[in-house]
Amino acid sequence: MNTVIDLNTIWFFLVGLLFAGYAILDGFDLGIGALHLLSKNDRERRTLLNAIGPVWDGNEVWLVTGGGALFAAFPEVYATAFSGFYMAFILLLFMLIFRAVAIDFRSKQPMRWWRNWWDFSFSLSSILTSLLIGVALGNIAMGIPLNEQHEFVGSFRSLLNPYALLIGVTTVALFMMHGSIYGMLKTEGDLHDRIQTWSKKAVVFFVLVYAVSTLATLLFLPHMSMQIRNNPIFLALPILNVLAIINLQWQIKRGRDFQAFLSSCAVMLCLLAIFGLGIYPNMILSTPQIENTLTIYNAASSGKTLRIMLVIAIMGIPLVLAYTASIYWIFRGKVKLDANSY
Amino acid sequence: MDNLLLSRLQFGLTIAFHYLFPPLSIGLGLILVIMEGLYLKTAKPIYLQMTRFWARIFGLVFALGVASGIVMEFQFGTNWSTYSRFVGDVFGSALAAEGIFAFFLESGFLAILLFGWDRVKPRTHFFATVMVAFGAHFSAVWIIIANSWQQTPAGHHVVAAQNGLRAEIVDFWQMVLNPSAIDRLTHSIAGAWQAGAFFVISVCAFYVLKNRHLEFARKSLKIGLWVAAIASLAQLVTGHSSAITVSRTQPPKLAAFEGHYAEFAPADMYLFGWVDQKENLVHGIKIPGFLSFLVHGNSQTPLVGLNAVPETDRPPVQIVFQSYHLMIAIGFGLIALSWLGIVLLWRGRLFHIRWLLWTLVFSVLGPQVANQVGWASAEIGRQPWIVYGLLRTSEAVSPSVSAGQILTSLILFGLIYTLLFALFVYLLNEKIQAGPLGEDMSVEGRRA
Ligand code: HDD
Ligand code: HEM
Ligand code: HEM
Repeated sequence: MNTVIDLNTIWFFLVGLLFAGYAILDGFDLGIGALHLLSKNDRERRTLLNAIGPVWDGNEVWLVTGGGALFAAFPEVYATAFSGFYMAFILLLFMLIFRAVAIDFRSKQPMRWWRNWWDFSFSLSSILTSLLIGVALGNIAMGIPLNEQHEFVGSFRSLLNPYALLIGVTTVALFMMHGSIYGMLKTEGDLHDRIQTWSKKAVVFFVLVYAVSTLATLLFLPHMSMQIRNNPIFLALPILNVLAIINLQWQIKRGRDFQAFLSSCAVMLCLLAIFGLGIYPNMILSTPQIENTLTIYNAASSGKTLRIMLVIAIMGIPLVLAYTASIYWIFRGKVKLDANSY
Repeated sequence: MDNLLLSRLQFGLTIAFHYLFPPLSIGLGLILVIMEGLYLKTAKPIYLQMTRFWARIFGLVFALGVASGIVMEFQFGTNWSTYSRFVGDVFGSALAAEGIFAFFLESGFLAILLFGWDRVKPRTHFFATVMVAFGAHFSAVWIIIANSWQQTPAGHHVVAAQNGLRAEIVDFWQMVLNPSAIDRLTHSIAGAWQAGAFFVISVCAFYVLKNRHLEFARKSLKIGLWVAAIASLAQLVTGHSSAITVSRTQPPKLAAFEGHYAEFAPADMYLFGWVDQKENLVHGIKIPGFLSFLVHGNSQTPLVGLNAVPETDRPPVQIVFQSYHLMIAIGFGLIALSWLGIVLLWRGRLFHIRWLLWTLVFSVLGPQVANQVGWASAEIGRQPWIVYGLLRTSEAVSPSVSAGQILTSLILFGLIYTLLFALFVYLLNEKIQAGPLGEDMSVEGRRA
């Protein structure tokens, strides 16, 4: 491995960071959505919605900005991935819009059928969004067929293969776990205790599918673990990940919701880091024509653009972190329903 | 239908839908800043009531702007992959900057604007409102720079990449300040202010006609009218300047605006007309030589006509001509309407003239239509180029996407946009019918 950190690697890292920000933040609100229908009555559902009320929209900005950064830093990847996964992305966009509509409009009318319909839509679109994200990640890990122009030459059906679906389900489980822990942070009393039991189940579910998908990756996609095998120092990541999962479960039992949430964030970071390490320095592996693979070098913008963007990032990222932190600070604490609420 | 035509249809449909909302957010953002600023200055509860009511409407508009915007962000990649490979190096950074500087700003502070009334101090709240308005304007800046670059490319060079040509950046500021960027930006922002202002005017004129919330309505209407009157003049100034830029940078587009065919001759301006695309002439009422006069200050100066351009390099003339003329007509109409309103307000007569109030109720459509057809003339007038002079639209589509897939997505977007729009109208109507009285003026004021 090349140990010199070059501009392309920095951008690989920064784009990864934006998508990690998206996974951690939107991950919990997608998870809340996935669990939404388990709650009992209207009050509980409103509480859950308002747990994510002031922030879900800002969370999606991480996806939008990640997409923009990908376009600027690695235009070839942006072009190949979004045209190659055309139907999958259109469905994803469709789900994201539908979900936004459901959140915004659910509580605007008192009728039962109205609210039930939007509750159902919110939940279904959250689950499908998570699933699609996972399926996309699974395909990136496996590699997809590209031609010399770097255009995708497979079919939509071929993207829905067992491995990708497994990663999809793992993502749903991960977000459910993450979301339930966030839910505990924002609720109290009866609802809180019930979410705690969901949370415990979600952890078990996640650990099971995660174990299966790790096994599958080790067996069928040896390239994904190559970096770790070659540089044992990176073993720290999976170890840290396992420790975080153990800690998370323990903190849930002890009722330390905030610590559990931090652990859950750590799990997501570790998983994405392992993923990033697995594909590096490729961005979209081409199989079977390996020579058409998009790497962080042949897919990147010119050095000049990467440098300009670095200046933009250095100015922008502290600002973004500052106002993300202040929003979460201002809206900290348990949800209290009032007429400002959804 | 082929995937080129379908992709163009889809882009046109989705951007037109998106562009219903951002102008409202930009314009309402400005008006919210004025209202809340007046509240902080005077401490009169009526201004607080106004801010809160319009903030709720802003929230609704914003939600639709975001929902439709996410689609736009990814569509360059999904449907125009060849174009994305070509332009990514140059204007990808503008899109990324938009995300980092504008969208985060806007969506973050919006939470405080909408949900933070009793969580932060009034000054902090005002600060959040200013930041939201700022963010909305910023969102427009970067994307319009990107669009302007594809209209009038600058600060780049074209190099051979692994699989075809691509444009690479040479000078960032030259790219940003490309020849049409400032004109397009100022003209579009003024158009957005008009959209916001006439929206406020329309709702308030309706309240006055129905004898509801009179104090609220009159005060809001006054602010709206001033913004509208100033913005509509700015529209004329910046529009004129845009036209001069077009004459320098995209002569065939200007020729299409006025249906000016004759190869190199003084050009007329039509008040209205119909293009006969077989005979290459226009039937209508014209001011001879006036286009030449507007561009060069002399009605005898010749301008390049469409006949001087190979047929394959001409935009479709009729639709460009008609949309351009509709925009101009609306522009003059809005100037007249807003200044008439100001004069009558001055004389204290405005709130007694019912036909005028009714006209104001419907005036909300003016800027919306003008914004749409203005963009149609700019974007269709750019054809057949997607990046002017460098890349043709027909070469820019994604080769790996089939017509069937695009048809499916087009239908899906059509469905969900219809649903979105219906809900938007319904909820907007609810909020308007409920009126500002729903606003509790105590400290824990509520969003009804
Ligand atoms: C409220 C909306 C509105 C109104 C009243 C007007 N315009 Fe406009 N116009 C726009 C909204 C708009 C727009 C939608 O914002 C466009 C599309 C691209 C752009 O730069 O602004 C536009 C484009 C546009 C262009 C083409 C720019 C290009 O192709 O690059 C010209 C020459 C003008 N306008 C000129 C005018 C003039 C002389 C007006 C007379 C008052 C006028 N516009 C009123
Ligand atoms: C093809 C071009 C466009 C793309 C790719 C695009 C992209 C987007 C995206 C991704 C969002 C959602 C941001 C979020 O999540 O907060 C958005 C919202 C927004 N866009 Fe666009 N946009 C386009 C055209 C325009 C134009 C031409 C303008 C203005 C003149 C504009 C102004 C805005 C504004 C103000 C918002 C904030 C939402 C709102 O206030 O309604 N956009 N856009
Ligand atoms: C917000 C206002 C805008 C409107 C109403 C608008 C309208 C349109 C329309 C009607 C088309 C189809 C034209 C045709 O195929 O004949 C189009 C195409 C397109 N526009 Fe825009 N546009 C807007 C802003 C933008 C911006 C900000 C960008 C990019 C930065 C952009 C990039 C494109 C591209 C890439 C196409 C597809 C290729 C083409 O048909 O030329 N547009 N637009």
